[in-house]
Amino acid sequence: MRKQKRIGIGLSALALVACIGSASTAASAQSISDVQRIAKERGLSTADLLAAAKTLTPSGMKDEYIIFSSGGHSGQVFVIGVPSMRLLRSIAVFTPEPWQGWGYGVGNEILEQGYVNDKANLWGDTHHPALSETKGDYDGQWLFINDKINARVAVIDLRDFETKQIIKNPLTVSDHGGTFVTPNTEYVIEGGQYAVPWGAEYAPISDYKEKYKGSITMWKFDRKKGRIDKDRSFAIELPPYWQDIADAGKGVSDGYMFVNSINTELATGGIENKNPPFEAGASMNATDYLHIIDWRKAEKIYQSGKVEIIQGFPVITLETAIAEGLLYLTPEPRSPHGVDVAPKGDFIVVSGKLDPHVTIYSFQKIMDAIANKTFSGKDEFGISVLDFDSVVEAQVEVGLGPLHTQFGPDGYAYTSLFLDSAVARWTLGGSYGKGTPEPDWTLVHKTPVQYNVGHIGVAEGDTVSPDGKYLISFNKWSVDRFFPTGPLLPQNFQLLDISNQGADMPVIYDMPIGVGEPHYAQIIKADKLNPWSVYPEIGWDPQTQAVDPWAPRRKMERVERKDDGTVEIYMTAIRSHFNPEHINIKQGDKVVWRITNIERAVDATHGLAIPQYNINLSLEPGETAKFEFIADVPGVFPFYCSEFCSALHLEMVGYLMVEPTE
Amino acid sequence: MSQSLIGRIIGPRVSTEDLTQHELRYRAPSFLLLIARVLILVSLFLPYWHMVLVAPQYPDNLQLTAHVNQLSGDVAEIDSLNHYIGMRPLEEAAQFERSVGVYILILLVIMLEFAAWIHSRWAVLLVLPAVFFPAIFLLDLHLWMSHFGQNLDPDAPLSNSIEPFVPPILGTGMVGQFKTIATPGIGLLLSALASVVIIVALFFHRRAYRPLVAANNGE
Repeated sequence: MRKQKRIGIGLSALALVACIGSASTAASAQSISDVQRIAKERGLSTADLLAAAKTLTPSGMKDEYIIFSSGGHSGQVFVIGVPSMRLLRSIAVFTPEPWQGWGYGVGNEILEQGYVNDKANLWGDTHHPALSETKGDYDGQWLFINDKINARVAVIDLRDFETKQIIKNPLTVSDHGGTFVTPNTEYVIEGGQYAVPWGAEYAPISDYKEKYKGSITMWKFDRKKGRIDKDRSFAIELPPYWQDIADAGKGVSDGYMFVNSINTELATGGIENKNPPFEAGASMNATDYLHIIDWRKAEKIYQSGKVEIIQGFPVITLETAIAEGLLYLTPEPRSPHGVDVAPKGDFIVVSGKLDPHVTIYSFQKIMDAIANKTFSGKDEFGISVLDFDSVVEAQVEVGLGPLHTQFGPDGYAYTSLFLDSAVARWTLGGSYGKGTPEPDWTLVHKTPVQYNVGHIGVAEGDTVSPDGKYLISFNKWSVDRFFPTGPLLPQNFQLLDISNQGADMPVIYDMPIGVGEPHYAQIIKADKLNPWSVYPEIGWDPQTQAVDPWAPRRKMERVERKDDGTVEIYMTAIRSHFNPEHINIKQGDKVVWRITNIERAVDATHGLAIPQYNINLSLEPGETAKFEFIADVPGVFPFYCSEFCSALHLEMVGYLMVEPTE
Repeated sequence: MSQSLIGRIIGPRVSTEDLTQHELRYRAPSFLLLIARVLILVSLFLPYWHMVLVAPQYPDNLQLTAHVNQLSGDVAEIDSLNHYIGMRPLEEAAQFERSVGVYILILLVIMLEFAAWIHSRWAVLLVLPAVFFPAIFLLDLHLWMSHFGQNLDPDAPLSNSIEPFVPPILGTGMVGQFKTIATPGIGLLLSALASVVIIVALFFHRRAYRPLVAANNGE
């Protein structure tokens, strides 16, 4: 019969951490007059209380949207909830991060993929995250992000929010036009920024026009493997115009991509020699060039082998791109920042930082101009330039310093205004016009933000089906918004409620970001994400997303000494002990240490911190990890669990004894 | 007239004529025993017992479910907590019972099948194990719980924080910061229902066959 019994259980009493609280609510007699009294005491207006009601997220309530934000110089990605604007966690990417153990025992191989010419480059300047898309809509599976300083792209798996790959661009040094994905994530787009000779090999800057190159790289994403496949990726050579932000076409413009540029003047600076500094030299022309690229045609050219192998990487040369008709230019207001494709793919919005308008191009008109050869001429590299007036649909004066545009679900577009320090709402025309009460192509309202907004993000606002509702202004300066933390101040993420029409779009929350300067961020509906709460099986290797056959398991813990002086450790961790707890080795031994967290409980993460040897791992439930070091320093080193796990957490310790060899 | 031992045990047969005339009387006990067999067979696939462990750190609670042949739910987590107080792993409990549980239930069903064919008082012997099965299950559960709860490893980390204990096999109890809530599973309820059906079947069995047995014995 039966069963079991037991029960038992329990216990642990202690073992668990503490807990909880709920706190809140005292149940007793609370009334709206208490709210009024406190509002009065704290000087809160009705608008403030309303903002609080829209954003307050009591304990246990979950956020409706999730932001994946660039972490700026932190080299990380920040995950933030909306509307609570609470930082949920960071994801270590280009930079070692001790809490996640990233670079201190886990992730080292991936960080090494990002080394530049074998030199450790252990920070990243993350700018533009891109969620993977299916049919032009976020699918919640993968996240990509670029590193501007060293032209690298990283792949993050949204099942475990962990970086899986870093790939270094072999052609260029810096990137800014990345990452952007094509509508089914066929490719991850990475546009180079500051022109350099191929592979950054030396050439004097006097050879700028001849030897310095622009480029855009199409990284093929293999969804099944969850990795960028370098062997199926290629690049397109572009003039050294300092390509800037890019965006992939979608809907009617699927198959195309659009890339800005900021230095069509080919300025080479030299203020010390009385030459115009870059800021002036690169801003002389009234217009720069919007690049219009048929990437599907480029893919076919690449597949047909019409490429040059440069720095070991296939490149469609400028000559081929022109001859095959896959690259066109058209003038755009000078020093543009954003190029943003409208939800149906029919309009492309460009803002020149030094022009108070947003300029809206019609994809249909662009196609017509290409078909009819409505060119105003060629640039100095021989690329046909589409006549500006024949491809522009509208221009809307929105304010000073327009940068980036996002879209709502109803026909509104939103543009950040850096100099005005505001976010503009304006109306689209065409088939979007019916959605708004205001006339087409009209500025509707500007909400001041604090201060100096860069990018903005609208909920799913760069997809084929924007949600609207929330807009976040990613402000570069906070000046007087928060307690002054010395001269280095946090950035300010401001949440705006855009659920109502017209002039009603108030700021409802300020979130300081004091760990790097984020640039762009994307906002996805939380229910599109389906992360694991624990790794699927015990012995899981997050780098392969599979069970590691070598993973230490319960009752198989051991220390093996090999003939070659290697010591292999097979260790398990569970509340509240490591097994084994004594590691006796000799000075000079090479240590290969494997450890598995054999827990299955949600949040039962263990750390493994080893003094002297610069090691700290984060082992989430089920995770296994392997790291190696040479035990060159003799002594006694207590290693311990560095993630508070249980009532006996402090007792979760072991001794690494390295015996001197005279 | 003299009867063989087997004849005495299986009891008198009913004549075709009698059966046609009093179909309900003779069919009722067989039918009820059939229902009992079905209930027991179905219960094989259903949980017999649940325990829910409630503690602040576990907003979704911990669950333990017992079938006649297996223990499931948050066994690993409960074991890992139990090691603090020196309780043996749940898997070590009732291993024998779990290994034979299914066969025993099938045996009970076969015995009920035979009981339907036996028209003497011996039928009672064949059905009693099935009648008592739910109680035996709970008793066994209680004994194992007592055994485990009372025999904690004195060298365990928290051995001096928790007194030996026996959580209730049905109802609520407290162990450390955990509230335990034990409830019968639907399998156990079906099994108990089968016990009731069997008792009712015995009543009809007696009503149908006792007169025949008396007549046979020449009373």
